[in-house]
Amino acid sequence: MALNAEKIAELKDRARRIRIDILKMLHGSGSGHTGGSLSAADILTALYFFKLKYDPKNPTWKDRDYFILSKGHAAPVLYTTLAHAGFLPTSELCTLRKLGSRLQGHPDSKYLPGVEISTGSLGQGLSVACGIALSQKLDKAPNRVYAVLGDGELQEGQVWEAAMTAAHYKLDNLCVLVDNNGLQIDGPVAKVMGVEPIADKWRSFGWDVQDIDGHDMAQIVAALDKAETVKGKPTAVVCRTVKGKGSKCFEGKVEFHGATPNADELATALKELDEAVCK
Amino acid sequence: MSQPQQKIATRDAYGDALAALGKKRNDVVALDADLSGSTKTSKFAKAFPERFFNVGIAEQDMMGTAAGLAIGGKIPFASTFAVFATGRAWEQIRQSICYPNLNVKIVASHAGVTVGEDGGSHQSLEDIAVMRVIPHMTVIVPADGVETAQVVEAVAEYKGPCYVRTGRNKVPVLYGADYRFKIGKAHVHHEGKDCAIIATGIMVAEALKARDLLASEGIDAGVINMSTIKPLDAEAVIAAAKRCGAVVTAEEHSIIGGLGGAVAEVLAESAPVPLVRVGIKDQFGTSGDPDGLMAHYGLSAGNLRDSVKEAIKKKNK
Repeated sequence: MALNAEKIAELKDRARRIRIDILKMLHGSGSGHTGGSLSAADILTALYFFKLKYDPKNPTWKDRDYFILSKGHAAPVLYTTLAHAGFLPTSELCTLRKLGSRLQGHPDSKYLPGVEISTGSLGQGLSVACGIALSQKLDKAPNRVYAVLGDGELQEGQVWEAAMTAAHYKLDNLCVLVDNNGLQIDGPVAKVMGVEPIADKWRSFGWDVQDIDGHDMAQIVAALDKAETVKGKPTAVVCRTVKGKGSKCFEGKVEFHGATPNADELATALKELDEAVCK
Repeated sequence: MSQPQQKIATRDAYGDALAALGKKRNDVVALDADLSGSTKTSKFAKAFPERFFNVGIAEQDMMGTAAGLAIGGKIPFASTFAVFATGRAWEQIRQSICYPNLNVKIVASHAGVTVGEDGGSHQSLEDIAVMRVIPHMTVIVPADGVETAQVVEAVAEYKGPCYVRTGRNKVPVLYGADYRFKIGKAHVHHEGKDCAIIATGIMVAEALKARDLLASEGIDAGVINMSTIKPLDAEAVIAAAKRCGAVVTAEEHSIIGGLGGAVAEVLAESAPVPLVRVGIKDQFGTSGDPDGLMAHYGLSAGNLRDSVKEAIKKKNK
């Protein structure tokens, strides 16, 4: 279903508020992954506030759609989105990475309802997504499975094992979104270990592929809708994104892969995000 | 032990038991990584093709896919050779199965030196150790076909990750229909009084032979089948140590970190008695015929007899 401008604006504002909470949370914890959380904020917003079926009061509801954050280091965007979706109180976000917190450094399904599978070791989430998608097919259930992978993560060989499995078993209930932000810890992905052409790779593995601007809410929404219409093959949506998206403090800066904003950076970023409200 | 013995490979027993289980429960699914004819998941695949998933030669993906099937409410049995299941995919087992505590059953075949001719690259001698160290994991090594069939039933009932080790070759059937396997419970064949042999897998049959050899020399050796390595039946280990005053462990696996390691941990903390560990002595395997390899690596009944005498000598010092 196409969304009107008003609904798109609502989603954009939700993403803006999620970014604010991510930054406050990361400033508070003093440790965690800023860049890759901000780059995926629009993607997770579209998933949780437009596409996914879920019930925060019943996280294991059998009719839910499944979401896997394969790039588990972007846990802050997942926790914040889950909080906005009602899975946990927003006040709990400040416990990130603290002893006894449900908000582990990387998502842990043992602790936090709404997290389908623990992730953090890159390259493993897509195989799990394939398994869930197979189980839904066996049950002839309409539930869909979504996984967000990083572009650097595509360097893991297991991703391509899983890509073969998904195509071989015709998992058209599976949709991958690649957060293609171009940076990894050691520098530009192209310099560390090139993964382009990403879209061609998925296509050659038998996937239906879309290439979109991962910060354009209308494009993300349209891509998610289109993925549902594809029959007989899984969908990969390659989302062109900017690492650290939301503030000039972090955008395109590799050092913010695993660093958190200090007080000045937080203040600057919050001002930018507050000003973005009327756009 | 004196009756003429029927022989069956534990992998064959697994294949039959899995197919039978699939008939009883439609939430049971199976995965393999291009070795279904060898691991014997092929029997399940033939009976229930829609519930069998061959992922090709991709063990890491197989473990993750199994994890996803478990999330989707299935009971996945994932099989390949032990060396690939536990080595190639160790981190997938740790991160995607044990860390989230998912209900995945890994049943690996072709463990130990009795793989034979394929050689050291294919002879898994470290799998018990590397599975045992992961939290949430249960580790089981059945001794014969009867026990294997019961283990398959038991792990399907149990909720949580399990590793089950099977072998390639036909081994003597030790148990009758009245045998009852229970996860975490050792089976005491003979209590003994001079030295207890605590064995696992195909070494249980060797231990029973060694007991006969020793009996003819007037030595009363106990024989315990420790089919569950984790959680280890520490009570049975301590009772055997207190009763016999000396222990020999026997496994077709490295003496580091496997049954010998697990028993040594219990003895050192709770019942220090002389211990001799029979197994592979920090080595890789090599090509050869299975019986020849058993003798080559000191895993025969005769080697066990000698080790029992060595343990008794230590005790009497």
